[in-house]
Amino acid sequence: MASTKVVVDPITRIEGHLRIEAQADNGRITNAWASSTQFRGIEIIMQGRDPRDAWAFTQRICGVCTVVHAVASCRAVEDALDITIPANANIIRNLIHGMQFVQDHVIHFYHLHALDWVDVVSALSASPADTAAIARQISPWPNNSETYFREVQNRVKTFVGSGQLGIFTNGYWGHTAYKLPPAVNLLAVAHYLEALDWQRDVIRLHTIFGGKNPHPNFLVGGMASAINLEDTATINAERLTDIHDMIQRAQRFVEQVYWPDLVAIAGFYKDWAAIGGGTGNYLACGEFPETDVRDLDSLYLPRGIVLNKDLSKVVPYDQEKVKEYISSSWYEYSKGDDAGLHPYEGETKAKYAGPPTPWTYLQGEKKYSWMKAPRYDGRPMEVGPLARMLVAYTAGHKDVREMVTAALGKLGVGPAALFSTLGRTAARGIETVLLARRLPVWYDKLVERIKSGDVRTFDNSKWDPAKWPAKAQGYGYLDAPRGALGHWVQIEDQKISRYQCVVPSTWNCSPRDGQGVPGPYEAALVDHHPLVDPERPIEILRTIHSFDPCMACGVHVLDATGREVTSVRVQ
Amino acid sequence: MYLPTEYPWAEDESLGQYLERRGVSRRDFLTFCGSMATMLGLGELATPRIARALQAQKRPTVIWLSLQECTGCVESVLRTAEPTIGDVVLDVVSLDYQHNIMAAAGHQAEAALQDSIAKNKGEYLLVVTGSIPLADDGIYTTIGGRTAKTILEEAGKGAKAVIAIGACAHWGNIQAARPNPTGAVGVSEVVKDRPVVNIAGCPPIGDVVTATIVHFLTFNRLPALDYDGRPLFAYGARIHDQCPRRANFDAGQFVEEFDDEAARKGWCLYHVGCKGPATYSPCPIFLWNTRTSWPIGAGHPCLGCTERNFWDAMTPFYGRLPNVAGFGVERYADTLGAALAIGATAGVAAHAIATGVHQVRERRKLPVVETPTKGEGGSHGQH
Repeated sequence: MASTKVVVDPITRIEGHLRIEAQADNGRITNAWASSTQFRGIEIIMQGRDPRDAWAFTQRICGVCTVVHAVASCRAVEDALDITIPANANIIRNLIHGMQFVQDHVIHFYHLHALDWVDVVSALSASPADTAAIARQISPWPNNSETYFREVQNRVKTFVGSGQLGIFTNGYWGHTAYKLPPAVNLLAVAHYLEALDWQRDVIRLHTIFGGKNPHPNFLVGGMASAINLEDTATINAERLTDIHDMIQRAQRFVEQVYWPDLVAIAGFYKDWAAIGGGTGNYLACGEFPETDVRDLDSLYLPRGIVLNKDLSKVVPYDQEKVKEYISSSWYEYSKGDDAGLHPYEGETKAKYAGPPTPWTYLQGEKKYSWMKAPRYDGRPMEVGPLARMLVAYTAGHKDVREMVTAALGKLGVGPAALFSTLGRTAARGIETVLLARRLPVWYDKLVERIKSGDVRTFDNSKWDPAKWPAKAQGYGYLDAPRGALGHWVQIEDQKISRYQCVVPSTWNCSPRDGQGVPGPYEAALVDHHPLVDPERPIEILRTIHSFDPCMACGVHVLDATGREVTSVRVQ
Repeated sequence: MYLPTEYPWAEDESLGQYLERRGVSRRDFLTFCGSMATMLGLGELATPRIARALQAQKRPTVIWLSLQECTGCVESVLRTAEPTIGDVVLDVVSLDYQHNIMAAAGHQAEAALQDSIAKNKGEYLLVVTGSIPLADDGIYTTIGGRTAKTILEEAGKGAKAVIAIGACAHWGNIQAARPNPTGAVGVSEVVKDRPVVNIAGCPPIGDVVTATIVHFLTFNRLPALDYDGRPLFAYGARIHDQCPRRANFDAGQFVEEFDDEAARKGWCLYHVGCKGPATYSPCPIFLWNTRTSWPIGAGHPCLGCTERNFWDAMTPFYGRLPNVAGFGVERYADTLGAALAIGATAGVAAHAIATGVHQVRERRKLPVVETPTKGEGGSHGQH
């Protein structure tokens, strides 16, 4: 039997635009290509700018994980100019970034990923009493009454009765891949709706420290939000109390809704713990410095690499071993297509070499994506929650080991189950719980420091460009919700001379390199991967969504799509 | 990322019936209409009119195109101040987009879009986020194999009006910053024969979007716009003239470096680069994220993100305004700084006059464009 060629374009329920092509034989995926079809050129726009403005430019790479590029950029410039930010500023950045993780991961689970596992239509036939019983069994969350779930069900009934499914249009409802009983489907749908209001509330932490969200303000050298308990226009007791309460609400939702739901749903999909592993190399650059960003021992989530699924040792990470290749990408390098360039030598010169539009297939083309192919010491690397949890687990991180062991125990699976589509989704949940618990720790630290009389939030020593060296370069790392992020900046005569970003979705969505080695999406899609019905490729969505793609974050990429539109073209 | 509607608005239902079914109380509805009346600058007395018009409103057709953007605008719109009723209006937008695009389930997206455009020709409201790259035949943004430009041209032709949300749709934003590698432009560069409202900002405050749509539903036309296509109800006043730190400016109380004693007293950020004196935006009045705070309120200078070309015209962001190219008129503010050294009282008077003169000049130079009502066609795009 000949291979079936499948094109899924655009992949929906992601940030940005992504095209997946695949070949399937007898219900299995045998080959896959991930391509990103836009170019943006922000690295080019950065040249010649004031390095203190860089955070604002790079922040506009993405409005979803809206703090990560700004903070990475501040760190890169602070590294280049040898600036140490005050302890308070470091804690405030941790609080902002920590809340970004918690908010982003919950949204991903309910609004982007859940519909791959939850059959909304099936929720209509649920008994609200059954749902309430299940809910009470797994969580003390107050909204667990039968009345509540009946009300949600009635709303959904009206919805479906109207014949207008809105976002739920084009779902693969009734697909045999859906395994949840109706009562659990109803539980997930109810929390899908609750999470919408929750996210609007907890993100206000960004507004208090950064003035707005999306795109809160940051500052090279610290934070601009001054602390003064005796003033109305600064971070004062009223502001701190608001933050304290928000952190509590964030943690409560994560512990009482998100995590119990995730475990309950995962229990019905254990087969996905053996599907969609892929590359097998995991990179974490580390995040949440408890003291200073240079003190790697103080990172709450440690730095390192797990190679070939070997959980016996963590390989050290060295940013000098990162290179980007363009063998399969629509760019040109002055040293030719086979060269690999470290970001300090990086080049961004677009050169489209694809077929004329409209495309039928990109598979078979030598070059097929606007994503470059990052490699670490020549190897593709998966980044993200799973990479972070595996590195921390292997490094003996106490909190992570406890959570991972407990989760594996609940599901009755071994550590090998982590290398999978389900493992990725579970790791994201584990990480969210740990960070939601970390927020109050940072909050208390900040309050203690203020009590002790330290209100500094900014280091002024290198603000004046006259104090900068004629030439400087710096590396800003940050492990973002979607994975390891690096910004590399070079400064000459007080201006940016080169700026390169290697971002999570570039690692994960990488096309093939010069040796033909596929990137993590591509590898995961051919790892014991089913595709029962090429007309309704829900399996592809499950695995791709488990990475939480954020295509606008691919820097070289434009977000350019109606992500609401599921257009599956099967050829 | 896209957050969906949970309550669809049926085609034959009025908004009043729809809200009732959603469980929105009459009181909440009137409160919402009241806040919209205030936001739109119509005064409390307009509340019943807005309520009546909204209540009888049949479900409008809205098509929402996402082009070259970062999704920040969608995120912002989802965090509006009136969660309950703000969502209602948003539901209208997203639902219609869903309805129109996804009705043809299983078809290609572009085919579904074309169906909708044909079916609702001349009647739908087109909402756009993102810019349009024109360089190299538009190869830098293609959706379903077609360029953003082609898709927008096609959707623009049948639109009753166009709402361009955010700086990207307004003028191209960061993609259009020097040297604009992809040739990115805003919606009005492509759609030239339809009225285009620019909801300025990177991103804009979600409530401005909500209020503009309410205005459209209530009065069946777009709100009055300034020279750059921005609704006057939101962008009619400078940040500087509405800023709670204005008294500090007038009194010569400036932050000289971040986190100094002045910063800890919440004084004026003009000396550390605030672009409030050159920026028309409702931030200090509407505030951000369910009225929690705003950039200057959190101690950071305004970046000027509601103004065209701010990535080039307002940078370096931490440079003081008179040193910024293209804003020579702001020397008034600088002059004031010198005047303050002589005497605070004189300074206040000087500044008050200077500001007034500046505003009058700006307004004369750049006449307000009234939005044409249905059937008149539009000329805004040429401005």
